[in-house]
Amino acid sequence: MSILVDSNTRLLVQGITGREGSFHTRQMLDYGTKVIAGVTPGKGGQQIEGVPVYDTVKEAVGDTAANTSIIYVPARFATEAIYEATDAGIKLIVCITEGIPTLDMVKACYYVKLKGSKLIGPNCAGVISPGKAKVGIMPGSIHKEGNLGVVSRSGTLTYEVVYNLTKNDFGQSTCVSIGGDPVIGSSFIDILELFEEDSQTKAIILIGEIGGTDEEEAAKFIHSKMRKPVIALIAGKTAPPGKRMGHAGAIISGGTGTAEEKIKTFQKFSIPVADSPLQVVDLVSAVLDESG
Amino acid sequence: MKIYEFQAYEIFIKRGIPSPWGEVAKTSEEVKKIAEKLGRPVVVKAQVLVGGRGKAGGIKLASTPEEAYRAAERILNSKLKGILVKRIFVKESVSIKEEYYLGVTVDRAQKRVVVMVSPAGGIDIEEVARTNPEKIFKFYVNPLLGFRSHQADELASALTKDKNLVKGIAKILSDLYRIFEEMDCSLVEVNPLVITKEGSLFALDAKIIFDDNALYRHPEISSLRDLEVEDPLEVRAKEAGISYVKLEGNIGCIVNGAGLAMATMDLVKHYGAEPANFLDVGGGASSQQVGKALDIILSDEQVRAVLVNIFGGITRCDIVAEGLIQALSKREMNLPLIIRLTGTNEEEGRKKLKGIKGIFLAATMNEAAKKAMEVVKS
Repeated sequence: MSILVDSNTRLLVQGITGREGSFHTRQMLDYGTKVIAGVTPGKGGQQIEGVPVYDTVKEAVGDTAANTSIIYVPARFATEAIYEATDAGIKLIVCITEGIPTLDMVKACYYVKLKGSKLIGPNCAGVISPGKAKVGIMPGSIHKEGNLGVVSRSGTLTYEVVYNLTKNDFGQSTCVSIGGDPVIGSSFIDILELFEEDSQTKAIILIGEIGGTDEEEAAKFIHSKMRKPVIALIAGKTAPPGKRMGHAGAIISGGTGTAEEKIKTFQKFSIPVADSPLQVVDLVSAVLDESG
Repeated sequence: MKIYEFQAYEIFIKRGIPSPWGEVAKTSEEVKKIAEKLGRPVVVKAQVLVGGRGKAGGIKLASTPEEAYRAAERILNSKLKGILVKRIFVKESVSIKEEYYLGVTVDRAQKRVVVMVSPAGGIDIEEVARTNPEKIFKFYVNPLLGFRSHQADELASALTKDKNLVKGIAKILSDLYRIFEEMDCSLVEVNPLVITKEGSLFALDAKIIFDDNALYRHPEISSLRDLEVEDPLEVRAKEAGISYVKLEGNIGCIVNGAGLAMATMDLVKHYGAEPANFLDVGGGASSQQVGKALDIILSDEQVRAVLVNIFGGITRCDIVAEGLIQALSKREMNLPLIIRLTGTNEEEGRKKLKGIKGIFLAATMNEAAKKAMEVVKS
């Protein structure tokens, strides 16, 4: 089955005429994703990579019945793009954009939820269900269809893990990059819930990093609510406190958000933690053997 | 972005938050003059962008201008928690009956702004959260409604039963929230807010941290930045669009992606060596970006070896390898360079780099980190 995106995904690209937007539209089309519309205000009527461009999301949805949107709009206009997609009734919004002010996201996350839509990101690599649809900026070629769910706050670290999995013949059901900002639309738990219900997914890999307590909450949830095995990888053991490590959300502040604390919580609940991306493969192989 | 107490104090004053009178000084002479002008006991406070100044000896009470001078002599140009003190904030001293904590921040898990108060003021709030979490009262703000005055009243009454004080504290809470919201902050904090023996309220400290992502719409805030105290390499990296954080080790790391960069540093440590930095070259890993990253790493005199860990995804490994070769050809490199390229077209990429003097090719991250350790330890 996979989660969030599949062959029924009808994708709309917000910011399709931009450099990033048009480049990744081509990449997603090549992967086989049904990219059926694009939106850039004021540029309606054009075609990008054969995809019709509209001025507004509402028009695009009316014409094409798009059900998912991906946002490549620059940070200062991205929040507006999220609101526009929500108001047009899009049920899944994936926001790639990095650098959106946190307080804008506090409001946007609240509104999206109020309207019954789902937001992935911002500052994320997107979602891919191998063999079905790619809604993001990840390299499609490193993925392989299979039964492992991957959920991560990072981009390239996820690629690294997925690449090793695929090389060792472990395919993926869906890989979700939830984003590196302090306030994001979907947390680990939101995605874990979906994987737990998904018939294709047999085990899940959670890739976390320093900052916040989302990993700790996830560990509690896995312990009390999940039957499927989960393996964790946490980046940032060597990160100093008070410094932002690239991602806006990757910062240890006031003694909370350390990798040590996160790893301790997973271990407390007997959830295996890999000490390197390479070791994830060994741990996956072990839990799959155990669960048959 | 952090600002100094005296800068946050000025913002507080403009918003009408009651604060003891104060002035900033750069020399002990100036400190003495300010104390003389005031004609009352003062508090001499080191201005550095780290917490826990009191414990570290950066805050002194002085009853006379001479005492203030002597305190300033000790503090100015000394190092507080490793940071050089260049400025002193001289503040009127007030009598203290009660100390409270007030703060506004973003609760990441709740995805809401949270306004917090605690009767355990004057101490580190994280310490209170660990030892006496029941002493912290929180109000989660509805994002569409904002922080209403009756909500501020209710939160303030967790601190005192005195109706006048509740009113005063509620007003301060509303003002703090307004600063937080209007200036796109990630933290606004008063610790402590004191009630004097005469029954007045005063914010004895002022702390504001701004959201870096929102600075573009607040040009007036960017001008408060003190570039002098920032690491010059970090400033240079930022200008080049590179995320860089200087650390204490000797293995320079160049990686694409923040998560992968952290995982690389962790592995270096895992094999018994120390990373010299965090560095994310950003998407694409073009030869220009890699070149800039190399320049930054090579400017760090502690670096003994350079570890490059690039995941070639949409940008193929052979293109990344060409970029690396180009970047290297323009620079004098006397340090061993350990390169690990993986992802799309990795074989072609490695072939291009094979046999170049001074370059060690590693097949995995683990091998690369181990090699880097061996090189610096030999």
